[in-house]
Amino acid sequence: MSSTVRPALNAEERSAWRQGVAVSVATGAYGVSFGALSVAAGLDVWQTCVLSLLMFTGGSQFAFIGVIASGGLAAAPAAIASAVLLGARNVAYAIRMNPVVAVGPDGAVSWWRRLAAAQFTIDESVAVSLAHIEPRARRIGFWVTGIGIYLLWNLSTLAGALLGDVLGDVRAYGLDAAAAAAFLALLWPRLRSRQAIAVGAAAAVVAAAVTPWLMPGLPVLIAAVVAVVVGWTDWLGRRDRARR
Amino acid sequence: MTLWTAILIAAIACVALKLAGYLTPPEWLERERPARITDLLTVALLAALVAVQTVGAGMAVTLDARVPALLVAGALLWRRAPFIVVVLAAAVVAAVLRALGWAA
Repeated sequence: MSSTVRPALNAEERSAWRQGVAVSVATGAYGVSFGALSVAAGLDVWQTCVLSLLMFTGGSQFAFIGVIASGGLAAAPAAIASAVLLGARNVAYAIRMNPVVAVGPDGAVSWWRRLAAAQFTIDESVAVSLAHIEPRARRIGFWVTGIGIYLLWNLSTLAGALLGDVLGDVRAYGLDAAAAAAFLALLWPRLRSRQAIAVGAAAAVVAAAVTPWLMPGLPVLIAAVVAVVVGWTDWLGRRDRARR
Repeated sequence: MTLWTAILIAAIACVALKLAGYLTPPEWLERERPARITDLLTVALLAALVAVQTVGAGMAVTLDARVPALLVAGALLWRRAPFIVVVLAAAVVAAVLRALGWAA
């Protein structure tokens, strides 16, 4: 990104810039809720910030602190497993982004560029990038969104963690309900096919049903089996494709 | 295991997943089954987390102010409200119901 002479941006490239900035601001803002919830779950301000700096994938971060909040340190293995399983989708994103971001403005393919891209490979940067057609607009969408969210998400995480530290009883502020709503908002855009809706409903019922019998954290992992079974057999999948 | 150890293991594993994707041959995505399972895994985990965060209390299931808060969140998502509005509205509903003593 360091060439001194470059052609002016065309309409699609400007659109990628604008979308990237808009999505960064919107997504970055809810880092405040992550920071506050994380401190409420029992993490300190530093631990909260390390999650946003290093893990940097919202769903996994919320899952980790959610399991720790309900089960404490004893649930740490389940918290790690939940975070990692939710992060598995980033593998698919990375595979798709590889040909897009490995190429620089000069057309050269480089390894350091892939290495740098890895950390910014998240739901939003991939979505903005692939919403565009031209290679250069796709690159702009990816880097602007990824780096923009990284900066704002970490700043707002710190602000939220400091805020959470002074709040005290988080239930009085409804922060436990905010955590549930955050998961619902992350889930919502994925409920587009009949198969996804069936898996989501079944997973929710299974997790609630086994809660009284299992250590906190495990019900979420048990519910993941629903996805593996339905995904393996492609139950309801043929009908979804037929409807399209 | 200390909390710090758990945080570092989980965070490094998540970074490793992103890096692994850049080392994976693109043909992997064209195979339907792993791609489908990855997609559905995300759905199942998030849905299970919604359920546990809404009705779970340690090893018990309970209906409290979080349930109406989540219904409001769902209605707002239906109306395409932005993420931050949904999360804040859920917090406000639960906080108000508790302050009024209408729900635990």
